[in-house]
Amino acid sequence: MKVGVVVFPGSNCDHDLYHVVGRIMGFEAVYLWHKDADLKGCDAVVIPGGFSYGDYLRCGAIAKFSPVMKEVQRFAQEGRPLLGICNGFQILTEAGLLPGALIRNRSLKFICDYTNIRVDSTETPFTRRAGKASVLKIPIAHGEGNYFIDAEGLKRLEGEGQVVFRYVDAQGEASEAANPNGSLNNIAGVCNARRNVVGLMPHPERVSEALLGCEDGKKIFESLL
Amino acid sequence: MQKTLLQQAQEFGLSEAEYGRVLEILGREPNLVELGIFSVMWSEHCSYKSSRIHLKKLPTDGPQVIQGPGENAGVVDIGEGWGVAFKMESHNHPSFIEPYQGAATGVGGILRDVFTMGARPIANLNSLRFGAAEHPKTPFLVHGVVAGIAGYGNCMGIPTVGGEVFFDASFNGNILVNAMTVGLVRKDGIFKGLAEGVGNPVMYVGSKTGRDGIHGATMASGEFDEKSEEKRPTVQVGDPFTEKLLLEACLEVMAQDVLVGIQDMGAAGLTSSSFEMASRSGSGIEMDLDKIPVREEGMTPYEMMLSESQERMLLVAKRGCEDKVVATFKKWDLDAVVVGRVTDDGWMRLKKDGKVVAELPIAPLTDAAPLYDRPQRPADLKSRQALDWNSLSWPKDPGETLLKLLGSPNLCSRRWVYRQYDHMVMTNTVILPGGDAALLRVKGLKKGVAVTADCNSRYCYLDPRLGAQHAVAEAARNIACTGARPLAVTDCLNFGNPEKPEIMWEFAQAVQGMGEACRALGTPIVSGNVSLYNDTNGVSIFPTPTIGMVGLMEDVSKHVTAWFKRAGDAVFLLGELAGGLGASEYLSFIHGKTAGEPPLLDLAREKALQDFLLRLIDQGLIRSAHDVSDGGLALALAEACLADPAGAAGVELSLAPGLEGRSLAELLFGEGASRVLVSVAPEQAATLEQLAAAAAQPLTRLGQVRPGAFKLGPYLDLPMDRLRRVWEDGFEKLLKRN
Repeated sequence: MKVGVVVFPGSNCDHDLYHVVGRIMGFEAVYLWHKDADLKGCDAVVIPGGFSYGDYLRCGAIAKFSPVMKEVQRFAQEGRPLLGICNGFQILTEAGLLPGALIRNRSLKFICDYTNIRVDSTETPFTRRAGKASVLKIPIAHGEGNYFIDAEGLKRLEGEGQVVFRYVDAQGEASEAANPNGSLNNIAGVCNARRNVVGLMPHPERVSEALLGCEDGKKIFESLL
Repeated sequence: MQKTLLQQAQEFGLSEAEYGRVLEILGREPNLVELGIFSVMWSEHCSYKSSRIHLKKLPTDGPQVIQGPGENAGVVDIGEGWGVAFKMESHNHPSFIEPYQGAATGVGGILRDVFTMGARPIANLNSLRFGAAEHPKTPFLVHGVVAGIAGYGNCMGIPTVGGEVFFDASFNGNILVNAMTVGLVRKDGIFKGLAEGVGNPVMYVGSKTGRDGIHGATMASGEFDEKSEEKRPTVQVGDPFTEKLLLEACLEVMAQDVLVGIQDMGAAGLTSSSFEMASRSGSGIEMDLDKIPVREEGMTPYEMMLSESQERMLLVAKRGCEDKVVATFKKWDLDAVVVGRVTDDGWMRLKKDGKVVAELPIAPLTDAAPLYDRPQRPADLKSRQALDWNSLSWPKDPGETLLKLLGSPNLCSRRWVYRQYDHMVMTNTVILPGGDAALLRVKGLKKGVAVTADCNSRYCYLDPRLGAQHAVAEAARNIACTGARPLAVTDCLNFGNPEKPEIMWEFAQAVQGMGEACRALGTPIVSGNVSLYNDTNGVSIFPTPTIGMVGLMEDVSKHVTAWFKRAGDAVFLLGELAGGLGASEYLSFIHGKTAGEPPLLDLAREKALQDFLLRLIDQGLIRSAHDVSDGGLALALAEACLADPAGAAGVELSLAPGLEGRSLAELLFGEGASRVLVSVAPEQAATLEQLAAAAAQPLTRLGQVRPGAFKLGPYLDLPMDRLRRVWEDGFEKLLKRN
């Protein structure tokens, strides 16, 4: 398994992902520089969190024009596994590879905190082994993670089972109190219709080692096996 | 009427005597550019002219010290070829004028100081002081400063893992924003701010130069008054995205063996960076100002030399390596331009349009900067401390008192603050904010690095020397509570106007106290910063020598956290049971008195306590350790319950009955040094007691862990969720008070 980690100017979870994918999971990990239209023969590609292009204009809005994104588009169209985490999720929605948009948190503040998310779909390459309806403890760290989509789009997402993760309480209920940022229907992550492209706001790479207090995030990467 | 040069010099902050010295050094009158350079280089902020004489007395050596004060940051050895580079710096004046940008650029500046050394930053901390919670400006300043720190650090992808927030009316007109960065560096990959090798190119990298921040260092070297807000244009604007690129580009270029030296353009921008680099190397520099990348047209040499535009570095490359440097910076979409050459004549020569616009000898400007032993007069501590204890009416219900304290500005949960900081990015944060010290693992090694920032400003006001000792002792205790051994210190000394003899005395006393404590605890001071003139309309802040400390844990898996773990675990107090109410948070918040004497501190006992605690943790004997400080035993117990991320912990103590009034307040809320709350599995209690007896460590068994409860003997019995509510809501309430 060869996993590529895309590096944009301003990406800042690239090293974290490289560490988890390479050191913890034991996959072959490679960086993919945004100026190179080359995915180096990767089996899966991850777009990491951070502030690509400083989040100027809109989160993810400039990154989609980078040369590497043409190849990422092609990769996605071939039905191969593509994951966007946090800013990576924002980039994938801006690039039109995932539906919806991420807007300012309801509180208008950056939030770094643990959340519980429920796995609502195991029919993606990143959740196959995560356990349907299981609750994972995974932190968020974002100012713009409030998932939004128009009413029709939301209906389609829910109807087609494209909601992959939802913010829930410890009992697994998608309650209002468990919603950290105001996301519609407590949505924390979605996939495309073909289910090979997944985006989520929480950071599974931050909870993939026992020393850091939790290993729930590993289930996302183990699903690639 | 045309201003005389002397008038101009005075407007720039130079005294008449200092201007006389300028004439003496040059043997002629300076032009405006030269005068501007002299004035910033000799500003308090850059020259440390009032503090240097005292700072020399601080301990700066030790086997762990790789780089002491004088460089961009200090470096200590953590073994296996690695060092930790760290420093703390103030951004007080700009943050009061423009809180978001002031705080943000404070973070940006200290980050550059650390990565200039070749270190990759792994953590940020900050120590904040605001005015009274009731002051109309306080919420605005809190919102702005916290958002500014978050905005910069989060974008850089460096976790903000710790710090402190303190409110007191003495900061109403002059807040403190002290930012600290900790970085990891290969011992063989440390860079310094050197300009060596005649003919080597001097290169400018990073953002373009604009007109922002001109004379910022001079502003930071004077008192504030109502007109200070007019100085907003001297506050710089930060761009963390460019700094992130600069960080990556610098680390990449440092790995290529093409650099001689590198230095951040911080306060006094191009002036201080070029002068300091040449000064350290005993060389000279010749720069062509036409080559400086500028943001605006028509910038004068004066503006270019004094601009404090952010995200810029000056570096000296090895001759012939210019193209490699340029290519690396280009990869990161940054400018890198040759702007001059190193010379060997000891002069700074600046040219524009082919003409020399400034020509100054370097050594007199830097080494021979003014040095003052300013007059001191002991402050009247007796009258500061004076209190008629008999006039106090003691609260009847200790439960109500505890709830009030838990929701008070200085003791309530800081989650509202650190939730806005990304504290987990880089995936090293083993102990998150909210405990005693934060702990970071070092990838690839078994080691961990603990970090904290501490100072009790009230203690320092009531007794500067003792207060400063406490700051060092508490920082070390916080580090030791994680299981890490205190290693070294960076300081940020925030004081009022040094031209007032009482302030100068406070400063000298605090430096003495810090030095004593650092010697006793074996933690030398390797870097730091001094911020004077923290006065507004003649009112000085509480003296605040903030201590940033770094500790080392050989095996990070042995760390312990602050909260109680399992029902039935035995709870002990390590240290003396009795606390004092002098200078306490209780006295301040409940009785409205800033008075009394801070607790006694025996540095040898403190050291023995910390060594004993570290032994217990190393042996895996204890399940939690939490420092007992502000708010005393009751607050420490509450925190050891409330910090439990599962929200389950509680405690039940068996305390002898019969206490009331002052003696009960002393037990529950009295403060004292050298005290730590620990818990152990019940079957280990006897072992702990034996070890303590053998080591002659005072130890008291207090009770046991009991989920959901908070029962302190016959005195207090409250459900844990009531405590939690007031503690968690406290911060947001204080922001909404106005």
